[in-house]
Amino acid sequence: MKEARTVPEACNKNETWTTILRPEHKLLDLKLREVIKYRDLIGLFVKRDFITQYKQTILGPLWYVIQPLISTIMFAFVFGNLANISTDGVPYILFYYGGTMLWTYFEKCFRDSSDTFTTNADLFSKVYFPRLTVPISKVFINMLGLAIQFGLLIIFYAYYLLTKSPVHPTWYALLFPLIILWIAALGTGMGLIITSITTKYRDLKQLIAFGINLWMYATPIVYPLSQIPQKYSWVFYVNPVSAPIELFRVWFYGAGYVPPYMIVSSLIMSAFFLFLGLVSFSNGERTFVDVA
Amino acid sequence: MNDIAIRIEHVSKQYKLGVINTGTFFRDMQSHFARKMGKPDPNAKLGNEYFDGPDTFWALKDVSFDIKRGDRIGIIGKNGAGKSTLLKLISRISAPTEGCIKINGRVASLLEVGTGFHKELTGRENIYLNGSILGMKKRQIDRILDEIIDFSGIEQHIDTPVKRYSSGMFVRLGFAVAAHLDSEILIADEVLAVGDAKFQEKAIGKMNAISAEQGRTVIFVSHNIQAVHSLCNVGAILDKGSLIKSDDIDTCIRYYNNPENMGRDKAWTGSDGDGNLVVHRAELYPHDEIIDLLIEFEIKNPDMDYVLCVQFFNNEGRLVCVNSFSDIVTDEEYAQLKSAGNHSVMLQIDTSIFARGEYYIEFDFAIHCVKRITTAKSRVYFEVFNQRNHRHPASCRENTIEPIWQYEIQA
Repeated sequence: MKEARTVPEACNKNETWTTILRPEHKLLDLKLREVIKYRDLIGLFVKRDFITQYKQTILGPLWYVIQPLISTIMFAFVFGNLANISTDGVPYILFYYGGTMLWTYFEKCFRDSSDTFTTNADLFSKVYFPRLTVPISKVFINMLGLAIQFGLLIIFYAYYLLTKSPVHPTWYALLFPLIILWIAALGTGMGLIITSITTKYRDLKQLIAFGINLWMYATPIVYPLSQIPQKYSWVFYVNPVSAPIELFRVWFYGAGYVPPYMIVSSLIMSAFFLFLGLVSFSNGERTFVDVA
Repeated sequence: MNDIAIRIEHVSKQYKLGVINTGTFFRDMQSHFARKMGKPDPNAKLGNEYFDGPDTFWALKDVSFDIKRGDRIGIIGKNGAGKSTLLKLISRISAPTEGCIKINGRVASLLEVGTGFHKELTGRENIYLNGSILGMKKRQIDRILDEIIDFSGIEQHIDTPVKRYSSGMFVRLGFAVAAHLDSEILIADEVLAVGDAKFQEKAIGKMNAISAEQGRTVIFVSHNIQAVHSLCNVGAILDKGSLIKSDDIDTCIRYYNNPENMGRDKAWTGSDGDGNLVVHRAELYPHDEIIDLLIEFEIKNPDMDYVLCVQFFNNEGRLVCVNSFSDIVTDEEYAQLKSAGNHSVMLQIDTSIFARGEYYIEFDFAIHCVKRITTAKSRVYFEVFNQRNHRHPASCRENTIEPIWQYEIQA
């Protein structure tokens, strides 16, 4: 509670100051100009994460493709061969690998940005720089991983095209970057909401670690939307990650179908979560140092 | 353009004390709804009223002053006076609760040397990372890279991961980056307290050069009055969150070193309590490591289940221990203590296991599990000199307790 206090008059005068720090602030104060000024820092964060992630490992950046590849093989075996779930005619490898790749990107954007305050507490309490640079750098570092994974997808893709498998790319596939932005906005937006809350409630982390696994199964990764009975279709309207992933298959493989309403509702939800995330982040960054 | 680099106007900063929430979301909701429905909070500690003292404190209260362009200002004050809070506000790490701070020029803050260093990266990579975190552009760093490496004096190891550096090298590299920051205002907190004597000399020299030759504004906080004196031309003294003096550095240091001005009271008289019990006087008589504490209080409502505790806080306001003297006395003595009328108790406390530093005592006189009676009003201060760590007494250990060791060096 702030006690009512007359703001000293001088605070309101328009003098020439570079910066004025005051208690109150706008609801959505992103300081985008500052973020752009610190773009070199974003680049260095990306470089730091890339170098340090695989320093002193044998396989290095190959890990980026090993993880989704193993999941793909597992999924192909369990859900394709054993459970015999349809893949809308798309070859197993392409079907599962594409879904896993996009899901991994979503999950990483979500998790990394939801850790922003807790993992950078030391740094944030020592020096000021626009905090938003950290989650933005995560979007890029994860995009780098995605690019490597995408390279492997292209190799698989070429193989299946040459062997005349039933994949039918559409020209829309060139709009792939839009899907990536969509997923990045959604994952990061939700993560930013979480990070502002985890500074106060640490146990949320447990819930997320557990929940994200369940969430994957509520997303059309190991099955196509077409296999879902009508009465459960609401799940995929509620789950905003479904639309971009299924849309990816429609565009790349020419298989499956996404109801337009699902796309619209996912886009609206993504924009909403991103907005809410940015608002709570800009609120959180001002108070978190005093709470953590 | 005016010649003010920073104008601090009526700045206050409030911190919440103690627990901010119960720590888990579920219990917070439970408490919230219970309160809404007028039921008792299921998560309240037993006898919650016991803790109903003030749960916020003002680290800074209505501080106003100007820092002129090109001034090197030393901010002095005891621990907990609000110096670090002020620096945090100016360097935008935390926002003021009230008032505003106006800044003219780019600020680089140096609350720690080597902020953001990643131990897996090489020295060179860390220069870029650290420099960017502190607000430099890549191109700027390119230009002064050689200078930084040269100043740090670790050319040979510049492409080695910093995890293989000695702590001295680490600090030298960190300081080298900071010293070459291209900012109009430099904020430094105790950074010179690291490194060996030779490096400290070099660092102070560099800081002097930065401010004197390049006309930059420096805000410097240190416990090392010597360093403040050699570096700064003006000073500001903070005490208990308020600005008590702002003048040239010699005047400030003289004022600060005069115990009459900055002395913390060893004695308190007044009236702290309620209809059950009132404390009238508390006084400390230190004799080296043993201190005698005299408490005079009056019981107005006899034979309640009183708990009479003495709380020791260190100068950061952190509770070191609480001891109840009403629990160690015999039954007859206890009965006498809680009978109506004036009582006077002399406690003898051996503080030799306390770490060197300043402490204060507050009383926690309460009716057991019902309510706390005394407040922070009746506070007395004492200091522990503890000469056992005589070789590096001012190193940055954050101890509150230092056990007494016996040692034997074996041949």
